[in-house]
Amino acid sequence: MAEPRFRPGDAVRVMKAYPLGHVRTPYYIRGHTGVIERICGSFPNPEELAQMRDGLPAQPLYRVRFMQKEVWPGYRGNPADVVEIEIYQHWLEKA
Amino acid sequence: MNDRGRYRQLTYFQLMEVTLRELLVEKGLLTERQIADAVEDMRRRTPERGARVVAHAWTHPEYKERLIENGTRACEELGLDVPALKLVVVENTPQVHNVIVCTLCSCYPRMLLGIPPDWYKSRNYRSRMVREPRAVLAEFGLKVPRQTRIRVHDSTADMRYLVLPMRPAGTRGWSEERLAALVTRDSMIGVAVAKKPRRK
Repeated sequence: MAEPRFRPGDAVRVMKAYPLGHVRTPYYIRGHTGVIERICGSFPNPEELAQMRDGLPAQPLYRVRFMQKEVWPGYRGNPADVVEIEIYQHWLEKA
Repeated sequence: MNDRGRYRQLTYFQLMEVTLRELLVEKGLLTERQIADAVEDMRRRTPERGARVVAHAWTHPEYKERLIENGTRACEELGLDVPALKLVVVENTPQVHNVIVCTLCSCYPRMLLGIPPDWYKSRNYRSRMVREPRAVLAEFGLKVPRQTRIRVHDSTADMRYLVLPMRPAGTRGWSEERLAALVTRDSMIGVAVAKKPRRK
């Protein structure tokens, strides 16, 4: 199991990468910065599982909170609206 | 033979399903009985399960705390088996409205809500709920006040989500059973609020 590198409240940036395969990081959030909302536990890496490999070491999974107004240009609504997304550790870097 | 018009041809995916099912049985990996039982189990899971959890949380504040702390364990307390489901319960308040979407596919808390509605899997819902939640919610007939914050939960990986709607006014002293009848599937996805009690 890979050690969790982030804690709730930490600012993180989602990597801006475009690998092929079964990736669970939505396109629209790549390159954006958010804050760790909680650690969900560790799970086998789905990108590896999809290739019939064991997905180990398990990757810590986080819920990351992003401000909608920073994700979408011209976002209409409350400036405090958020979107929260589950993202695996190997997609995150310290912001 | 001219059966056109009377019989509809199987679609590509229907044909694939039949072929795979028959092969699994033929190779002795599954029996027809096991498949029928699995389908029956799936049918038995309906939003009434989720409604039971919500009504119990409305009437038991300590249970509500446990539910928000660890949704999976709290469901087990009610005898609801939620295998392979890490449940995150998010609570609606006058300040925050929660709504669930899976932009990548159609992840859904099937153990508590059953089979997802078609619109949940539509490209329209999946792409727009993150981008313009207020406009989409308005299309469902739900106008969220501007001062209320919206939290969209994109169910992208191993968690599953359930919205705990607000308990409607005018239900003081109601039994769990009566309350559960007000909890709709849509209110647990977050595209609606719980039903209001009918005036006598």
